[in-house]
Amino acid sequence: MFLQQLLNGIALGSTYALVAIGYSLVFGVLRIINFANGSLYMLGAYLVFVLYSAMNGQLVLAILFALLATAAAGFLVDFVGLRKLRRDNAPRMSGLISTMGIATIIENVIQIWIGTETKQFPDFLNFGSFQIGSAIVTSTQICIFFISLFLMAAFSLLVYKTKIGKAMRAVSQNMTTARLMGINVKLVISGTFMVSGFLAAVAGTMVGAYYRAIDTLMSSSVGMKTFAAAVLGGVGSLPGAMVGGLLVGVAESIGGSYISSGYRDAIAFAILILVLLIKPSGIFGKKIVEKM
Amino acid sequence: MIKKTVEFIALKQRFIIAAAVIFALLYPLLFSDLFILRMGTLCLMYIMLALGINLIMGYMGQMTFGHAAFWGIGAYTAAILSGRFGTNFIVDIIAAALVAGAFGFLLGLPVLKVKGYYLTIVTLGFGEIVRLVELNASGLTGGALGIRGISGIRLFAQEFTSPRAFYYAILILVVLTTVILMRINNSRYGLALKSIRDDDSAAEVMGVNVVRNKIMTFVISAMIAGVAGAFFAHYISYIDSTSFTTQASQEMCVMVILGGLGSIPGTMLGASVLTLVPEFIRGLAEYRMLIYGVIMVVMMLVRPQGLLGYTDFGLIRTRLLEERGKKKGGGENNGTTGTEG
Repeated sequence: MFLQQLLNGIALGSTYALVAIGYSLVFGVLRIINFANGSLYMLGAYLVFVLYSAMNGQLVLAILFALLATAAAGFLVDFVGLRKLRRDNAPRMSGLISTMGIATIIENVIQIWIGTETKQFPDFLNFGSFQIGSAIVTSTQICIFFISLFLMAAFSLLVYKTKIGKAMRAVSQNMTTARLMGINVKLVISGTFMVSGFLAAVAGTMVGAYYRAIDTLMSSSVGMKTFAAAVLGGVGSLPGAMVGGLLVGVAESIGGSYISSGYRDAIAFAILILVLLIKPSGIFGKKIVEKM
Repeated sequence: MIKKTVEFIALKQRFIIAAAVIFALLYPLLFSDLFILRMGTLCLMYIMLALGINLIMGYMGQMTFGHAAFWGIGAYTAAILSGRFGTNFIVDIIAAALVAGAFGFLLGLPVLKVKGYYLTIVTLGFGEIVRLVELNASGLTGGALGIRGISGIRLFAQEFTSPRAFYYAILILVVLTTVILMRINNSRYGLALKSIRDDDSAAEVMGVNVVRNKIMTFVISAMIAGVAGAFFAHYISYIDSTSFTTQASQEMCVMVILGGLGSIPGTMLGASVLTLVPEFIRGLAEYRMLIYGVIMVVMMLVRPQGLLGYTDFGLIRTRLLEERGKKKGGGENNGTTGTEG
């Protein structure tokens, strides 16, 4: 039972981690929370669903297009909602409202366009299952874990080892200086949003395949939990976002099965608050406190 | 155009406040339509909630996503008390304020260690935990079924249930809240809060007790939300946990930011706009929330500081009067500048 819940938690947690990376990257660069990230997660899953039915079952192509389209949507979040605010030197809270507005728009467009009922999602990661002790592991869980791990590794390499990543880190340290050093700040910011949209879409698609269903409520609780995961790990820190995501997933899964399923999310949040009380700036966070 | 309007309002301050109060008083007599009366009542309740959250966000500069929890705690306190013990409205309100205030104190305690976004997460987690307890502790809160059949306003051995009675009850509460907040605005405590918002290290060095002030802010803000919750329970007569979600907390934040952080008239305006607009475009059915989202984005792009953010009417009035004085008498002005803010 414990092992089973642990494995379930890890699978779920690794999708949280992907979305949390998106929050963390954007926060690192712009110092704002991109509330539209949770809705990009939903958008990604729904685009796969729509394209899959429109293209007569061309799954790989459908997923590819959906991921690219969500990355483009991530770019649009910044282009429509935030670029003008940056130019005007607007207070940070306004960026928050603007992304919240975009999240509302995305969620409602999907609701109007596709409807609010639960939709069946292609079960494309299912190649069977096997047992470890008393726990059953499905191939979907394995795939989710390894795809997430691969993407996390890839993006860590991107951020910490490449020139683009260096530019990103420079922008997050000081935007003006980065601009003076010849870094194309606009491009870096757009890139960051595209990456976060892409990762959110991957997570949404995998969760859709995991539960074999998607609905229009999927974004709200995930948005909240992944945002919490990003903060738990230490906002702006990539490894932090990963650990935070896994921790929230595992806490939710184990707490939900051992204590009470009704209190599933409450347990996840209680642990979160406890961790923050012990380690006030997140697990991997630096001791800098940003005011809003 | 905005500047002209703001200047006009600043000059005619007293007149406009008086007009607004008279309008608010006559509102239920002018409109007998129940829907319009209901909108007015809800609008006032949201103004009260937004004023409370403005204390945390606008004055202290702390983002919070758990405010609906206090609203819910107040509502459940009032519902349980009046349902089981048949208490009157005043007792309900005081109890709701005390219980919500106690929870506010509890949520305030982490400020000893946690700051900024991390504290935001604590408030978010707190809100969710409270909601889930309300949903699952069926013995106390009725669980998913909620509490139904909550009485009207019991006062002086009578029960008031007419829409007008509710309207005037919340109007009185809003006026009280506004007076308290205006007093805070100019008090030592208010100034301490603003100094914490601008730079908490500097404030601490200047001798401001940061922790105590922050906890106090959480308590006061929670008490205001608790009272609004007690009113809500009696007004709606049926409560369940679906009203007090993180979504609701976020909506309160949006009201304050849209209206203008730290501004009392701005907060009132923001809360009114965001309560009324979705109702008046209800005819558009499914496009309603979509339009709401578009409004949020467009408003921020056009006026990022909020409708009345950073607009100090007192200051503008002083400046305008000074300019006029100069034009008229070439420097002999004084005394006309006034001190009211």
